[in-house]
Amino acid sequence: MRYNYSAQCSKKNLADIRSFMSKTLNNHFKSEIDIHHMVLAVDEVCANLMIHSHNCDPNKSIDLFVDVKKREVIIEIQDTGNGFNIKNYQEPTIKEIIVEKKKGGLGLMLVKRIMDKVEFIKINNSNICRLKKKILTTK
Amino acid sequence: MITIQTNKEEDFCIIKVSGDVDASSSIHLDNKIGEIIKIEKKILVDCNDLQYISSAGLGVFMSYIHEMEEGEIKMVLFGLGNNVKNVFHILGLDQLINMVESKEDAKNLVDAI
Repeated sequence: MRYNYSAQCSKKNLADIRSFMSKTLNNHFKSEIDIHHMVLAVDEVCANLMIHSHNCDPNKSIDLFVDVKKREVIIEIQDTGNGFNIKNYQEPTIKEIIVEKKKGGLGLMLVKRIMDKVEFIKINNSNICRLKKKILTTK
Repeated sequence: MITIQTNKEEDFCIIKVSGDVDASSSIHLDNKIGEIIKIEKKILVDCNDLQYISSAGLGVFMSYIHEMEEGEIKMVLFGLGNNVKNVFHILGLDQLINMVESKEDAKNLVDAI
């Protein structure tokens, strides 16, 4: 099953994105913790795109595609912003976050720990963040 | 949607956070904690009605650790649901931020640390 959702780049829309993800995944999966993790991962990626790629411009939008397979979920988050190069991402240390009061950087750390695979791809003018997670318990 | 209420019990300041703390709403929590730590030394954060937290919320708590240590300000979170607790746990932040089950436990811990 493939689901999709579009949202304008306003942080106020993050709650609706979480609600869409939660409803979609609840149709297929039992594990509350797996569902929560995927909702969180999508929230983090979308928040990053809205803030860093689109400066929270509500005239810009991001598209979500959720592909639910038998034992795996593949989520694609697409936009046409500046793009994110994961090679340039240096994970902050916890010490840096505390001492330098870095409020950013934690989101991608969470996503990388939660999901089995995180990819950033550029196809023509589109940036795609592809998240994959294997799921053991289905409904 | 986030709601933040504060009240005093003895010499403890209790900040009750309800709803979702995400990239959109975390600024309200940030402002409130920033304001409270200027005047209070014993802070309890009631998370019983905190439904959701993302990295933006974690970042708020993390960003005050240093300042609290320097100012000898104690802060303990209590009543966290499983999903919220899990988000702290994924990054090992439950080792850096004090969290307990109940308000009584939180008061006892603030007095002990």
